[in-house]
Amino acid sequence: MALDQIVDGLSEVSCDVLVIGGGTAGPMAALKAKLKNPKANVVLLEKANVKRSGAISMGMDGLNNAVIPGYATPEQYTKEITIANDGIVDQKAVYKYAQNCYSIIEELDSFGIRFLKNENGDYAVKKVHHIGTYVLPMPNGETVKKALYRQLRRARILISNRYMATRLLKSADGRIAGAISVNTRTAEILVIKAKAVILCMGAAGRLGLPTSGYMFGTYENAANSGDGYSMAYHAGAALANLECYQINPLIKDYNGPACAYVAGPFGAFTANNEGSRFIECDYWSGQMMLEFYNELLSGKGPVFLQLKHLHPDTISEIESTLHKVERPTRGLFQQGRGVDYRSESIEMHISEIGFCSGHSASGVFVDDNARTTVPGLYAAGDMASVPHNYMLGAFTNGSVAGIDAMEFADNHDFAEFDAAEVAKERDRVMAPTKREDGIPPNQIEYKTRRLVNDYLQPPKVTRKYELGMRRLAEAREDMQERMIARNAHELLRALEVQSIMDCADMAVHASLYREESRWGLYHWRTDFPEKDNENWFCHTLLSKQDGKMTSEKRAVEPYVVPIADGEKDLYAKQRIRATA
Amino acid sequence: MPLASYQTSVPVVVDDAKCIADKGCTVCVDVCPLDVLRISDMSGKAYMAYDECWYCMPCEADCPTGAVTVNIPYLLR
Repeated sequence: MALDQIVDGLSEVSCDVLVIGGGTAGPMAALKAKLKNPKANVVLLEKANVKRSGAISMGMDGLNNAVIPGYATPEQYTKEITIANDGIVDQKAVYKYAQNCYSIIEELDSFGIRFLKNENGDYAVKKVHHIGTYVLPMPNGETVKKALYRQLRRARILISNRYMATRLLKSADGRIAGAISVNTRTAEILVIKAKAVILCMGAAGRLGLPTSGYMFGTYENAANSGDGYSMAYHAGAALANLECYQINPLIKDYNGPACAYVAGPFGAFTANNEGSRFIECDYWSGQMMLEFYNELLSGKGPVFLQLKHLHPDTISEIESTLHKVERPTRGLFQQGRGVDYRSESIEMHISEIGFCSGHSASGVFVDDNARTTVPGLYAAGDMASVPHNYMLGAFTNGSVAGIDAMEFADNHDFAEFDAAEVAKERDRVMAPTKREDGIPPNQIEYKTRRLVNDYLQPPKVTRKYELGMRRLAEAREDMQERMIARNAHELLRALEVQSIMDCADMAVHASLYREESRWGLYHWRTDFPEKDNENWFCHTLLSKQDGKMTSEKRAVEPYVVPIADGEKDLYAKQRIRATA
Repeated sequence: MPLASYQTSVPVVVDDAKCIADKGCTVCVDVCPLDVLRISDMSGKAYMAYDECWYCMPCEADCPTGAVTVNIPYLLR
């Protein structure tokens, strides 16, 4: 078979702005960069195919964080996210998002993506969060990718599908110079020189192992193996608050959202085995996940999403969304199990761990211009540190990144990199193809992710983490010395395992560094069970310094929107209190 | 260490009678986020070459002849 056969080859191209990742943030970043300077070359590099890549491959059911005039204010939203994220927020970026997102909604609307409106023609925004109202359904949400793709073609963005970026290139003085990538079907190397690079490579969603044991049965698009986190790390960029894991309440075994954001506004709720509510609010926060975890273990589990009390017409309306967009195989899954929402509740479970700022706060550190700590390098979407930013955050911050990166490219020439770096990276990439005998990537990946579950899943115990670190080091040695790839597709998986391994190491390091508990279940350390604002009201930044993984504290920027003392704990009070 | 092959029941099924890959169609192979579909040298039809499926549906939704069916992978069914 011609496809997947390894071809020895290396070529080099150049562009003004290189966007890596064509899911959600990436297309918007590429589009905005090109519109900012239509004469410039913008390349959009994608490991899969931009038409159907990323978290919104099959569209999205709605916006989870729309700040729409008349329903919410940027101040209110900034306050809500600050509280939901236990105060560890640089508000400037969140506030900027909240101010800009409405214009992005209008722009998406002009692309042909419709949003739910009421009989007066106003946006029909729903309440899911604890305080404000930000959830806006998308009746034709399955068309998102198609609408974006049309815009990319119209703007003449150069799209390169099936190229996986593996490392960033820098100049001697530390400025970004481009990236090295490999064709996922031929293993040919492509070096892309660029004046600015934007990383939009999604979550680290293949970190823990789903309880089904199926490696690709993840919540995130399974292509999101944390490559962006790993590349940013090796380029010397700082990564923020990685210990604030992503853990989600999902349909058991299916491992996709149930989804309370869709069903909640219609009256569905999360219930225990007695059919009783136990949490105040279904918004995904670490505090909510802790209550969910406690309920599962309390003898009152399993936990369910309950719809059966609703009118059959309402259930049909919910079904038409759940079984059409985002994860359309939900219907097939329930049908296979004989579950009808009209008579039976949906069994829920807790997901494996991952990194994703889209839902929590673990990401490559960026400021309010989407700049990382490496000059000329940007990040947006699930892999950048703006917390809880979901799909609309990816679009909005992708837009910010695209505009700022093109400005940077307009004012800088290409940075020079050392050709020896390319040769070194080529050797690293191709190493698994040079071995005659060894361990295939799927076995190394399974073992690594099983170790992540065994040792890293919260509650975080120091002794377990220390053991986990040793076991992961052994798996890393196997990966570096013995892993084999017999064709280009297997090489793609072999490269992904290396990202997964890096993310596992970073998860351990970041978690051991923060000696307190914060963000509910996301960073619950049994050896330091209390929140310690005196010593740990700060970001943690992880980076590679002199070849070693290092963590340091970074002060939280002064708030733009003040939070009153009485408001700070609103998300800590998630559990419904028993009434006499 | 020697390698053994491993049996697995794959979730994506292609109806050869409807598949037009032998006429040059590559839609399902093109859109798959995990790149697990290939066209068989022997039959000229699309098939799932790698059991690494996110059961996400673009292959089924975008197939011009309705030849592709996505099932839930057995382990999580």
